[in-house]
Amino acid sequence: MAGPVRRYMATKVFHALLIDRTEIKVHRSPVDLMIREIGHRYSLIVFPEGGRSSGREIGEFKSGLYYLCKKRPDLELIPVHIDNMNRILPRGEVLPVPLLTCISFGPPIWLEAGEPKVDFLRRAREAVRRLKEI
Amino acid sequence: MMDKTTLGLVGGVLVLLAIATAVVYLLRRRGDSGLDTAILETFRLRIRAWWALCTILAAAFLFGQAATVILFGLISFWALREFITLTPTRPGDHRALFWVFFLFTPLQFVLVGIQGWVKRRWGVDTYGLYSILIPVYAFLFILARVAMAGDYKRFLERTAKIQAGLLVCVYCLSYAPAILTLELPVLPEGQEDPYRHARLLFFFVVIVQLSDALQYAWAQIPSKHVIVPTINPTKTWEGLLGGTASVTLVGAALWWATPFQGAHWWMAALMSLVIAVMGFAGSLTLSAIKRDRGVKDYGTLVEGHGGVLDRIDSICFAAPVFFHFTRYWLRM
Repeated sequence: MAGPVRRYMATKVFHALLIDRTEIKVHRSPVDLMIREIGHRYSLIVFPEGGRSSGREIGEFKSGLYYLCKKRPDLELIPVHIDNMNRILPRGEVLPVPLLTCISFGPPIWLEAGEPKVDFLRRAREAVRRLKEI
Repeated sequence: MMDKTTLGLVGGVLVLLAIATAVVYLLRRRGDSGLDTAILETFRLRIRAWWALCTILAAAFLFGQAATVILFGLISFWALREFITLTPTRPGDHRALFWVFFLFTPLQFVLVGIQGWVKRRWGVDTYGLYSILIPVYAFLFILARVAMAGDYKRFLERTAKIQAGLLVCVYCLSYAPAILTLELPVLPEGQEDPYRHARLLFFFVVIVQLSDALQYAWAQIPSKHVIVPTINPTKTWEGLLGGTASVTLVGAALWWATPFQGAHWWMAALMSLVIAVMGFAGSLTLSAIKRDRGVKDYGTLVEGHGGVLDRIDSICFAAPVFFHFTRYWLRM
């Protein structure tokens, strides 16, 4: 993790769960890590696009969300949309521009029994995208 | 404590504002009073904004120039946020926008705020600096910096948008607290008037807001000739002319609160006329921008209805003109 300040901020301040993207082990997969951290008490904020999207459109959702829900079907997913983020701090920029922003929380969704991955991810993405219009 | 003139002006306005608040409150509770609920709601929001402005202006009287400049600076920052959020920008504008928000905006207000101190200490007038900082340095910087980012698509349109925002929200508004720095005529020996400047600023804000309200009120009379139907259907010729005439009379009636020596009432009347016209221009211009973007209000700071920019659009256009007319008059 680069730099002691970032490390401190990430772990102690934001309680971020660090995922090693370079080495994916099957028996210690990121999904298992997430499930272990959530346990039965904590909420976990997940960014299903995988990284910051550089455009105005919400990026494609990676499959981690699907596997997370498959292992824990009781998990309640709350879609959240943060407006204007791509203009306030675009990808690759360090200096922020203080525009007005708006955080919208949508109604919770769950993974339906037997729902295929593609459909679920599309439904989840749509739930977030719908909040953009509000 | 405060002298009679200041107490008269401020006290009078506060009393009227309290009466207006009570009237609107009672009318709302009554339900059917023959008045359109939309009009009542508009007035309720206006009156709320006026109380906020009064509180800010109280800073001018109680805490002096620095506090007033800082408060106006914060309002300006917020108004600029609303403006830029509304206008579409591209990633190439990002860096330029950062400097606009965090360098030029505070710098403009710092230069206004330190004017008196710098003049007393070193005999230098920062007026020359803050009157051209934005129209020259900031504007040229914006053009160059956006060009440096390499994105030339709709270049002039994008840079002009940022420039317009900076001009209206920062440059123009900074002339309101700058009123506190005007060199008023030297008083004869023995006469003291420490609240002269604050009173002038108060007079200015009162006339701007009153002109807005009166133009709106006069626009309610039955025969309506809308001035610019495509942009703002609520502004009528009856409203503009009636409102301007009545606020000119009010301004003239308040001559005793202003420091326009010698000419007194007709100078106050002329200033009120100028303010009314510029206030109308400001309101219309910002309506045009909103129409283009397809929104009704600029932001959601005040109770979800309208933003800061909606409340100060008249002040922004009127401030620099009032400042310069007064300054020119004082030098004659």
